[in-house]
Amino acid sequence: MQTRVRPALLLVILAVLTLLAFCVALAVGSVPRPPGKVIAALAGGGDALTRTLVLELRLPRAVTAFSVGGLLALAGALMQVLLRNPLADPYILGVSGGAAVGALLSLLLGLAGYWVSGSAFIGALISMLIVFVLAHGRGGWTPTRLLLTGIVVAFGWSAAISLLLVLSDNASLRGMLFWLMGDLAYRSSGWLALIVLAAGLVVCLPFARHLNVLARGETLAEALGVAVRPFSIAIYIAASLFTAVAVTEAGAIGFVGLVIPHLLRLVSGSDHRLLLPGAVLAGGSLLMLADTLARTVIAPEQLPAGVVTAAIGVPVFLYLLNRARGPL
Amino acid sequence: MNTPLLETRGLSVTIAGKSVCRNLELQLQPGDCLALLGPNGAGKTTLLHTLAGLRTPAQGEVLVDGTPIQKLSRRCIAQRLGLLMQQPEDSLPATALETALIGRHPHIDFWRWESHSDVNLARRALKLVGLDGLEQRVQSQLSGGERRRLDIATILTQDPQILLLDEPAHQLDLHYQLALLAHFRHLARELGHSVVMSLHDVNLAARFCSQVLLLFGAGETFAGTTDKLNSELLSRLYHTPVTAVRAMGGTVFLPG
Repeated sequence: MQTRVRPALLLVILAVLTLLAFCVALAVGSVPRPPGKVIAALAGGGDALTRTLVLELRLPRAVTAFSVGGLLALAGALMQVLLRNPLADPYILGVSGGAAVGALLSLLLGLAGYWVSGSAFIGALISMLIVFVLAHGRGGWTPTRLLLTGIVVAFGWSAAISLLLVLSDNASLRGMLFWLMGDLAYRSSGWLALIVLAAGLVVCLPFARHLNVLARGETLAEALGVAVRPFSIAIYIAASLFTAVAVTEAGAIGFVGLVIPHLLRLVSGSDHRLLLPGAVLAGGSLLMLADTLARTVIAPEQLPAGVVTAAIGVPVFLYLLNRARGPL
Repeated sequence: MNTPLLETRGLSVTIAGKSVCRNLELQLQPGDCLALLGPNGAGKTTLLHTLAGLRTPAQGEVLVDGTPIQKLSRRCIAQRLGLLMQQPEDSLPATALETALIGRHPHIDFWRWESHSDVNLARRALKLVGLDGLEQRVQSQLSGGERRRLDIATILTQDPQILLLDEPAHQLDLHYQLALLAHFRHLARELGHSVVMSLHDVNLAARFCSQVLLLFGAGETFAGTTDKLNSELLSRLYHTPVTAVRAMGGTVFLPG
């Protein structure tokens, strides 16, 4: 890319975008509220209806959407460096498959609420552990071995998902499908995910230059002073945990984790010190906007947020890809 | 005598059950420029990676500034020792300037960004390898030889005391072979670096290096100053007849 938006400027733009998306997510809904009343409600005043709508329904949902989008984008950026593969996404190593199997099992048993998210998280952890242990073959922990192990485990999970869908009755099938497509309704307050996201970014940012070095290749990174093996294991664990939290909160929302890091690479280059916070802001605002659309387009019915992220993201990404000069 | 920059004591290296060297005693002082010669598969890359601390030797040890290399952190090693790899690895796209700047990584504190002087170092290295003006190109927009020069610019930006170069002349045209090898010799002679380079061109080794280390395969080695090179030694090394010809005020080796 010959032209690059100045780095600081890009982060400012993304921060403004995030703020706008946040305001839209609070102000827009099936019951429209004027901006003045929304601000009053946020400040602690306003009428009861607006307060309930904004503080109890829309705010937690916006926070969840932002955190999940941010976590997925962050995990995607990390996975791409870990595997040195631009096609890597947070789900590629099977974390979401494990979570899905956990969630669907609990739905099949007629459980709801925290049981579902709890079993999703446990499923994600089990999958993460399986891939981690199996990828330690005799030949060591190479990206290719990790990738193949993850993909095969993910295949296993997806077969199990199909089996569970076939076994389930019609009543629970709809809930299962929504879970699989990614959906932010009926979720927790989102603050936990936001804390994980903030902590994750704080932990990852100081290592962003190490990520730049590792992105250039494993042996080169080792030769330039990065302890590659412990660092790779740390990236794997961090990315998997972020994914597990995101999937537990909102199901397997696709697209954000693959495309947001890419989009940032297209626009701002490959310095992870900008890419990581940029991806968090962009991923978070994309999912907030997508979720706002998802709950308003055919209100009072809701669309799965995953469908809307794709509907917004696919054209934007294709436009940028098409516009990018030179090969990628 | 000073502590050598790089030293091996009783170093034995094996790969896949094959011996590369046995009991190798090597001492590299500032100013030394050592050529590593040997047929394909003799273990030149393996030996260089062992010297860089990326592989553990079967026996013996490698010392950097008198300290056993396994006692040093990777970062500490990278501040003193750089490795030019033979082949590029899978990587994500980055511009030439970004790639060269990566070389500063071991020198910059954990929390800091590259300073102006780091960027200037990278720019100077890119200029030296003739890539000024291509700073914003990504690797896929560079030719094979340009990419090779970019790798060289990265290690020059790293600016280590000890340079381990795996086939630095590979993919370079005649001009850059001579210019860049002359620069490495300059780094050794004038600035007190130590250089080890594996080469396939015996004449480049004879012209630019002060010492040679021959790897015959099966653990047999020969070390000496460059003037010890002769046609019998080289014929035996490459299993091919080599003739020494007096030309251009020196000895030139020709196959046949």
